[in-house]
Amino acid sequence: MDNAAVSHAHAFKFTPASIVGQALFYGLFAIIVGYFSTGPRYQHLAPDLALIKLSFSHHGQPVTECRKRTAEELAKLAPNMRAPMACPRERSPVTVQVELDGKPLHRSVTAPSGLSKDGTSTTYQRFEVPAGEHTLAVKMNDSIRVEGFNYVKEEKLTLKPAQIVVIDFAADKGGIFFAQ
Amino acid sequence: MSTFIAFREGGQSVLKRIEAFFDALFGSAGNPWRHLGALGFYFAWLAMVTGIYLFIVLDTGIEDVYTSIEYYTHQQWWLGGIMRSIHRYSADALVAVMLLHLAREFFYGRYHGFRWFSWITGVPVIWLVYASGIGGYWLVWDKLGQFSAIASAEWFDWLPIFSDPATRNFLTPESLNDRFFSLLVFLHIGIPLLLMLALWAHLLRVSRPDVFPSRALGWGSLAMLLALALVKPTVSHGRADLAVVPTALDLDWYYLFIHPLMNLTSPAGLWVIAGGFTLLLLVLPLLPHRKQEPIAVVNPPNCNGCRRCFEDCPFTAVVMEPHPDKPGHELARVIPDLCASCGICAGACPSSTPFRSVEELVTGIDMPRQPVSALRGEMERKIAALAAAPKIVVFGCECAADARGLERADTAVMNLMCSGLLPPSFVEYALRGGADGVLVTGCREGSCAYRFGTQWTEQRLRGAREPHLRAANVPPERLRLAWADPHEGGGLEVALTEFRKHLQTLGADEKRPRAYTRRIAHYG
Repeated sequence: MDNAAVSHAHAFKFTPASIVGQALFYGLFAIIVGYFSTGPRYQHLAPDLALIKLSFSHHGQPVTECRKRTAEELAKLAPNMRAPMACPRERSPVTVQVELDGKPLHRSVTAPSGLSKDGTSTTYQRFEVPAGEHTLAVKMNDSIRVEGFNYVKEEKLTLKPAQIVVIDFAADKGGIFFAQ
Repeated sequence: MSTFIAFREGGQSVLKRIEAFFDALFGSAGNPWRHLGALGFYFAWLAMVTGIYLFIVLDTGIEDVYTSIEYYTHQQWWLGGIMRSIHRYSADALVAVMLLHLAREFFYGRYHGFRWFSWITGVPVIWLVYASGIGGYWLVWDKLGQFSAIASAEWFDWLPIFSDPATRNFLTPESLNDRFFSLLVFLHIGIPLLLMLALWAHLLRVSRPDVFPSRALGWGSLAMLLALALVKPTVSHGRADLAVVPTALDLDWYYLFIHPLMNLTSPAGLWVIAGGFTLLLLVLPLLPHRKQEPIAVVNPPNCNGCRRCFEDCPFTAVVMEPHPDKPGHELARVIPDLCASCGICAGACPSSTPFRSVEELVTGIDMPRQPVSALRGEMERKIAALAAAPKIVVFGCECAADARGLERADTAVMNLMCSGLLPPSFVEYALRGGADGVLVTGCREGSCAYRFGTQWTEQRLRGAREPHLRAANVPPERLRLAWADPHEGGGLEVALTEFRKHLQTLGADEKRPRAYTRRIAHYG
């Protein structure tokens, strides 16, 4: 049944030339795979720089103070909803100002998240700064009922090359703190 | 639009030349350019198999993960180290062949019409390959993993999907705990499993998918990875330290190029680039394209349910259903959305034989643009019109080297939609109807626009596939195959000239099949 005219139309035979050609191809492919697997080297941060990260996730203060409900107001509520204090859901935006060596580095006003503006205000910024001694000052306002900044932190830091300093906020740590 | 088409066709022309060059080195079955998808599967399997071993020896914990990887990289280099290197390099090779596969399918215009589904389902595969690979770098938890994890978190934080920024997980060394690594291991297994699911969908509309490379290509690729693992073993960067920025990094550019790209632009910029590229891939099938030819039509009275069209269809467009009138019999049905209008089914139909003496040759499954009956009539007319010897019939293919220019006083050309449309009995019919020789041409194997046209035709003519050519009636000296891609028209002409000379050396009656004249001839 086999037709000799077509039986070997595509039969491939290895020849010395094809073996050398294949070896060259595999070698070239290996070089391409191997080289770009680790190179060229990427310089993510210059060797004489350090990094300051500003990151917080913080609930601003309620936009108005809580008030005590009157007896009439409480009576109108369902028995299981009669909380004595009425507090607004909406939170204040959080304003942050960062200064390095007395010069402004960053200022932002972060709105509270959520449709009712009752979520956290979050931010994440990174600043590449020269390694060495610096004065880092961070000021924060988390209440529209307060003029100016109600949290301030200033500290002299000596930053090593590639060192990371994190500016964060935690109420149980006294407000703004630097982690390094 | 014309610039776009010129760009695509230019790329296709370059690719065809590269592929023809590699055919000479590897043969078409082993040509890596013709089996990029299969190579991609192969590298993915290698990454998975080596990954299973690495998972077994991996300790999941902030301190333990790095230590365990260091152990099997250095102390157990002869097994764990090699496994790790093959895991890494096969994953890199997967990206390389995946992107080449994408480019090749684009240049060949295989992204619209009946192929839209395979193209669209390939898009999430790209994302999943990257997600699988990048997650693997985090697992090592060296400085490179630290860099990639933080850069990825910065990228995703741009999307308003996290109530708390993901970057806050990597602020200080105290931010992380062992559960994070358990999650990473889970993801590095879960995402590749999703990738397998996406690949299954990717191949859903492809019959006999090419998912395993030839043995030679498989062994060659494995040997290459092994040699690379020995020459340049994969090693970790220093242990991750969230208090220190990784400065200089030996980046895996196949996967992690997105991080420098983000630093060069911005998280939003990278979303625009990644999203724009994804969107571009998704809308490509919607661009205006040449209208598809009418699809195959089943003629129930002439379909005996032999299943050959069902077996041979490259795109699962033919299904077999119970015959409505003949209990126990089946009937072919064409799914319009899947049909490529190639005609391979018509070439497979045993009813397509021209020896049937009916006036109107109606076959079981036929192509409206090139019905088998019309082909028979055209061939009879053209053979009758040949005025010089040796009389040659060339069966050409519209997708391959253009055969129409080969027509001479001694040469008739039948230009088919695909060489797979040729019922083998047409070769015998041509010889018994007055031709001295038949030359069949089409795309090179692996280059067929409809995947199996060349392969099935060759197998049918060789007698290895039904419907087969009756070798007893067809002297091999009078049949020649000359596969040639569109840029190889010159080679086709040379092949025809050689065949013509060869036929001239044969005596007039030497090994000539018995003459046959149909009782009712169209030309008569």
